[in-house]
Amino acid sequence: MAAVRTSSEVAFNRIAIAAVLIATLIFLAPIYWIASTAFKPKELAVSVPPTVLFEPEVTPFIRLFTKRVQMQKPVDPQVYEAAPWWEKRIYDGGERVLKVGNDVQLSQYPNRFMNSLIVAVISTVLAVGMGTFTAYGFSRFKIAGEADLLFFILSTRMLPPVVVAIPMFLMYRMVGLNDSHIGLIILYVAFNLSFSVWLMKGFMDEIPKEYEEAALVDGYTRMQAFFKIVLPEAATGIAATAVFCFITAWNEYAFALIMTNRRAQTAPPFIPSQIGSGLPDWTTIAAGTFLFLLPVAIFTFLLRNHLLRGVTFGAIRK
Amino acid sequence: MTQIELRGIEKFFGAVQVIHNLNLAIADNEFIVLLGQSGCGKTTTLRAIAGLETIDKGDILIDGKAVQHLKAADRDIAMVFQSFSLYPHMTVYENVAFPLRATRMSSGEVDKSVREVARVLRITDLLDKRPSALSGGDMQRVAIGRALVRRPKAMLMDEPIGALDAKLREEMRAEIKRLHVKQGSTTIYVTHDQIEAMSLADRIVIMHEGFIQQVGTPDDVYSHPANLFVAQFVGSPVMNIAEASVADQAGAASVTVGDAPAGFEFPGQLLSKLNGHAANGGLTLGIRPEGVLVRHDAAPGYIPVEANIIEPLGSFDIVDLKVGSKMLRARTKAGYVSGPGEKVHVRIDPEQAHFFDTASGKSLGVRL
Repeated sequence: MAAVRTSSEVAFNRIAIAAVLIATLIFLAPIYWIASTAFKPKELAVSVPPTVLFEPEVTPFIRLFTKRVQMQKPVDPQVYEAAPWWEKRIYDGGERVLKVGNDVQLSQYPNRFMNSLIVAVISTVLAVGMGTFTAYGFSRFKIAGEADLLFFILSTRMLPPVVVAIPMFLMYRMVGLNDSHIGLIILYVAFNLSFSVWLMKGFMDEIPKEYEEAALVDGYTRMQAFFKIVLPEAATGIAATAVFCFITAWNEYAFALIMTNRRAQTAPPFIPSQIGSGLPDWTTIAAGTFLFLLPVAIFTFLLRNHLLRGVTFGAIRK
Repeated sequence: MTQIELRGIEKFFGAVQVIHNLNLAIADNEFIVLLGQSGCGKTTTLRAIAGLETIDKGDILIDGKAVQHLKAADRDIAMVFQSFSLYPHMTVYENVAFPLRATRMSSGEVDKSVREVARVLRITDLLDKRPSALSGGDMQRVAIGRALVRRPKAMLMDEPIGALDAKLREEMRAEIKRLHVKQGSTTIYVTHDQIEAMSLADRIVIMHEGFIQQVGTPDDVYSHPANLFVAQFVGSPVMNIAEASVADQAGAASVTVGDAPAGFEFPGQLLSKLNGHAANGGLTLGIRPEGVLVRHDAAPGYIPVEANIIEPLGSFDIVDLKVGSKMLRARTKAGYVSGPGEKVHVRIDPEQAHFFDTASGKSLGVRL
């Protein structure tokens, strides 16, 4: 490698950096939009042209987490003065927070958010776990009709899942799985499993089988070899697969909308339902969306090294 | 004390038979090399002994006990792979200790064993490193350490230094030999490299297309190849092979190679030793390049030939000599033949000649 770079190399380098910057800006723009709207005063949310500089406030988040009603007449100044700071923000908007006695009534959001977490985490663990075992089997053992079986597994992805939403809904209602966590988890595992098997098979194929053979000769059972050698080696693949499965389950909207309404409803169908009556309250929706983005963002950020290696696995490993 | 015996091993991959009725007895402390081209069944044989491959017929006996139905883990055998198979997520120490962790050994004993093996293999400094930080030679030392640490009944090595570059290969070859002399364990070593085989083995097992071709000491297989395959596989540069005919010329034997105008002179006893085999044709002469004697001036028994291509190999040259329509490769001092087209005189050293039956390829066992 020459230490001195030619001018054309420098120019190419600059163009590449510019392209990366532009792409990054394009991808970040919607995130910025949601994040900034979540902290905007209500009246600035839809201003034209969009307000870029404003004094951020957390009022949308307060609205997001509380049950409120519109006030018919202005609030009693004494009550206003006695209220804590966050409640004043609600009064400022011409609303009041619903209370039972002195207990503030929380909105459905935390509950829906928890539902999303429960469903996404459990379905991801199951899909990736089952996918890993299945992929290992396909990768390491001679299986009669292996190609056909893999094709059948993939065939579950060959039509848009929503196509079967109505029959699924009827069946779910019949067996009592509608509006239940377990019902959604089963659905999401079913969606993700084929993806997980295929992706993990790729990773498993990349792990030299001599690793296990060495362990087998060294006195370990195949099960021990799997847990001590294969799983740690497959960590990258497992992380990448988990991120994709988690994102799919976390973001799923159509089935969540159809199959759930109260008990097990996840955040995606819930957030738009908070659009409110009268003028749409974009800031509260943005606040809900912003918080909803965070788990995936954090999860992906934590696994980003694995993910980056994961998606380019075969290309750079050797 | 470990003897390994293979009795009537047969192995099929689907409809393809990859091992044919293989019989082999390996003595305690013996260093056996399975030598052959890729696809000859040598690695499959090794994996069958390790328990990584099932066999379709026959018995594998370790110290007289049939083990073919035992799992790899229960055979108490260690194996070194060509890819080294060091676990990237473990340190060198953990890699070496790994086989011991499968036993009930206390961590103190594990530590003692690991350090002892590390000392023998000179990898003590590397114990805290990850395999990815090691050089090829060190990786292989660690892999051998992992195999030795358990004091297994036997060591199996599958092309253990095949992935290293030439210089390192030579170093590691010497190291493996040193270790074997020092530790003395029954070892079965697979390679396609005949130099490795010659330098390491007590006995070499040459395999071809699933059959054992010859079993013998390095000297044996070099000096007394059992058939044409062994004759051409062992030894570098490769042995000259040509169909030949023998005629009685006033009591001496005249061996004519191919369609050459003149025959090479051999002692008359060749005629009786061949016992008429040459009469019905089907005789093949084998002569290593060092058995082809070249001189500039004419001499009795030498026939004039023309030099063709010359390959200078540093300490010696390989010269292609035109004998009829055939090329006879001779080994000469460097620069002895100055260039293509030069006329020289050549003779075959009768003592280094091998005779084979052309149809079966088998050695006739005739030596002068």
